[in-house]
Amino acid sequence: MASRMQPVDVVIVGFGLTSAILAHELTEAGLRVVALERGGWRDTSTEFNISYAQDELRYYWRRELFQEPARETITFRNKMSETALPMRHLGSFLPATGVGGATIHWNGQTWRFLPTDFVAHSHNTQRYGAKVIPDGMTIQDWGVTYDDLEPHYDKFEYLYGISGKAGNLKGQIQEGGNPFEGPRQREYPNPPMEMTYGPTLFGKAAKEIGYRPFTAPSANMPRAYTNPLGVRMGPCTYCGFCEKYACANYSKSSPQTTINPVLMQKENFELRTDSEVLKVNLDSSGKRATGVTYVDTSGEEYEQPAEIVAICAFAYHNARLMLLSGIGKPYDPQSGQGAVGKNYAYQIVSSVNVFFDKDQIFNPFVGAGALGVIVDEFNGDNFDHSGLGFIGGGYLACWNTNGRPIETHPVPKDTPKWGAKWKRAVADSYQHTISLATHGAVMSHRDNYLDLDPTYRDVHGRPLMRLTFDFKDNEHKMSDYLTDRATDIAKAMKPREVHEKKREGSYSIVPYQTTHNTGGAIMGSDPKTSAVNRYLQSWDVSNVFVVGSSAFPQNPGYNPTGTVGALAYWSVDAIVKKYLKNPGPLV
Amino acid sequence: MDIRAAIAVAFGLALCGTLSSRASADESYSQVERGKYLVDAGDCAACHTSDDSKPFAGGRPIETPFGVLYTSNITPNRRSGIGAWTDDEFYKAMHEGIGRGGKKLYPAFPYPYFTHLSHEDVGAIRAYLTTIAPVDNSPPPNRLEWPLNYRFMMTGWNTLFFKDGEYKKNPDKTPEWNRGAYLVEGAEHCGACHTAKNMFGADKTDHRFEGGNLQHWFAPKLVNDRPDGIGTWSADEIVQYLKTGRNAKSGATGPMAEVVKNSTSKLKDGDLHAIAAYLKDLPGTGEQRSASKTDDKVVAAGKDIYDASCSACHKSSGEGVPFMFSPLKASAAVQSGDPTTVIRMVLGGARTQVTKDEPTPSTMPAYAWKLSDDEIAAVVTYIRNAWGNSASSVSASDVKDVREDIRKDVTASSAQ
Repeated sequence: MASRMQPVDVVIVGFGLTSAILAHELTEAGLRVVALERGGWRDTSTEFNISYAQDELRYYWRRELFQEPARETITFRNKMSETALPMRHLGSFLPATGVGGATIHWNGQTWRFLPTDFVAHSHNTQRYGAKVIPDGMTIQDWGVTYDDLEPHYDKFEYLYGISGKAGNLKGQIQEGGNPFEGPRQREYPNPPMEMTYGPTLFGKAAKEIGYRPFTAPSANMPRAYTNPLGVRMGPCTYCGFCEKYACANYSKSSPQTTINPVLMQKENFELRTDSEVLKVNLDSSGKRATGVTYVDTSGEEYEQPAEIVAICAFAYHNARLMLLSGIGKPYDPQSGQGAVGKNYAYQIVSSVNVFFDKDQIFNPFVGAGALGVIVDEFNGDNFDHSGLGFIGGGYLACWNTNGRPIETHPVPKDTPKWGAKWKRAVADSYQHTISLATHGAVMSHRDNYLDLDPTYRDVHGRPLMRLTFDFKDNEHKMSDYLTDRATDIAKAMKPREVHEKKREGSYSIVPYQTTHNTGGAIMGSDPKTSAVNRYLQSWDVSNVFVVGSSAFPQNPGYNPTGTVGALAYWSVDAIVKKYLKNPGPLV
Repeated sequence: MDIRAAIAVAFGLALCGTLSSRASADESYSQVERGKYLVDAGDCAACHTSDDSKPFAGGRPIETPFGVLYTSNITPNRRSGIGAWTDDEFYKAMHEGIGRGGKKLYPAFPYPYFTHLSHEDVGAIRAYLTTIAPVDNSPPPNRLEWPLNYRFMMTGWNTLFFKDGEYKKNPDKTPEWNRGAYLVEGAEHCGACHTAKNMFGADKTDHRFEGGNLQHWFAPKLVNDRPDGIGTWSADEIVQYLKTGRNAKSGATGPMAEVVKNSTSKLKDGDLHAIAAYLKDLPGTGEQRSASKTDDKVVAAGKDIYDASCSACHKSSGEGVPFMFSPLKASAAVQSGDPTTVIRMVLGGARTQVTKDEPTPSTMPAYAWKLSDDEIAAVVTYIRNAWGNSASSVSASDVKDVREDIRKDVTASSAQ
């Protein structure tokens, strides 16, 4: 029998990036808020120690900061005809456990999506005709526009102290920024990062070809920053341990470095760690949530009654909790009916390794997670897709994220995989090689989706999430096209050797690619084709809000975090300004 | 109206009822408010609260060179607290260090400072203490060395070292200066830590505010010396530090973190400016520091350790990141004559006090596990003499002593 806790106004599931934003805004509005986090407490001052933060073995290879598959994992298959098997080791993506969630170990690459990304379906069909959407592709418009989100992007960027150069200020294109971005109301709060040699060389070559490269927007601080909440951050030391690591220098934005110091002091906020939500409880009508049931690490169950339930866990955990709780109609890929679990998407990435002679020295270890130069000519619909046979795009980048010794050992093609020759090739290449990356969109397709696994269960006996996903023709064509464009730039850099690594064949969940998982609880304008409305409110249970990249109807060509932050502010703004005055469906 | 406001009003009304025989409702309420303010200023909670769920119920052990004292219960419980005391008895304790029934109090209770409080303020403190929740809690018996376990011994101590008397205004100084002096010498009892003690535990009156070593921390000089006194801080920087726990030069850690949290961050701006005005008027010692002799090899080793382990936050230039990672260059704490605190910070690390105005908890990690006594001696000697700094060398045995002291502190606190 679950112990019944004191009722609160809002219970938040998970305590990462979106939860902290919601908790701060809702407590400012005077509500009593409880957040439930399945993992432990984490704060820079107590957990992330500068004297061992850069322990590659401990944090990456032994997976200290990530979700433990022994407690919870997913099952995976490429095709509906296959039997999904559980992932016993994390691979292609790295969800987190603990306060701050995956924001603890992200790189900090922080983008706004293009205005056309939010109207992907209507824009592409208008420009290229209805036939441009192939059979089985299930892309949709978002139900919000770039203009709706602009103030919320702005708020998030100032909260997180994003560094960069505006490319479009109120419609005026700015030298040095991304000329393709939507208009922004003001400059970034921090200037662009100092650039290292590799990306600089890339930018120079790109410019010679006629592109307009720019310094990537970054959540690594190029200088000390105090955000609008009064929380302070330290300047980045370019140590090259962002992705997969926690920052001990207070230089990478996360709830810890931007909100929690203020939030944790509030009397109307409470965080309970080691508290895993098992399900959202509904009343007998099934139309209203009464709170959640959660379990602590000793197995004790608790019921937390609340007026509003905000599901703010990692992307596919959101969809899973909806399915486990009976919120919304599960998606059926055969009929296309139902929306919960629909339109899972990912990112398609490829790389081009560029080997130089020994006169070019890159010092790759002087890096930062979002340190890089970008070419955005081939993202979204920034270029004419006529006759190319695909829609969507991505950016080309030369990142200088790291030169970590266990992880980074580029070798030319045809080098043996081990032994003395391999060692010599690593020693010869380490200082003289850079890598270009392409970061491509993944459109949504009818048979890429999430549902509950019929066989495998977690430690609490609940069905695991089953992921069915593969790259489709559209994505392969698009990614190959991007890779070829990256190779053009690589060759313009006049290297000794170029090694192109296209993304070939079926999606493999084993090698790490990116943690940009999206969809499953998608937003939209029609309750038949989306799980939540434009305010991220469940169509079916109006006091449940589902926040995160789970809301993306498909995954554009940028890293998702900026849009996740903007959507969190957009949603909570609607809760405070609209929902609290008149609780019920907002659409 | 939320439930807390409702309780506060109900409580206020009840209070007015009980005190109405003595004063009008308004007066008694403002008297209690004033008392609360003074109790915060005096940081009474630091010693008299051992368990946060039982504020002011006493029982916190105070380590002194003469043994361990346990603080008394100052809640209004009639048996084990001070509920049965008369106001006059309370005044006598505050003013003369004489408890109920003539019991001589030990000066770990800072009556040599509280004696400067006005009768009216002591009355206000008493009024506030009658409003807190009574808790029945008897602290354990003190563990003092002979003969100090005999309280009559304090008569002699008082004769030698104690002078009672409420604060008398200095007519040559401004009202602000006088208010500052009243707070510093009275309620805030700054000298309890910042003035060194003689062998009897009494203030060295000819070295007032020149810093003191207690509980294995060095409470820095408050007199206006440079580089190791408060001479390098402006009055506004003092105010900012006391109010927010942070200024561009330093952050409150160790025992001072508690003082900021419980006391100074709650003071009115006017009082903080008064304290700063008084402190800025404390004359320096005029001490001339001779250039220190350091071993070049040790300094070179210290620089290597600094570059590898310290420069990510404190910068190669020693300028740090103001408000986050304290600058070491020109730092008074780093160049302090007594290096205990600097050594201790490297060994044990520290976390700055967070306040409403400075919510970010910046941290210095501990290096005791990573660096040897020799290495810490080298790096501390380096930072005390780099970038124009100048202070005496630190030896490995100095580090060893502090390491041992911290170990004892940790053992003692985990044994409690």
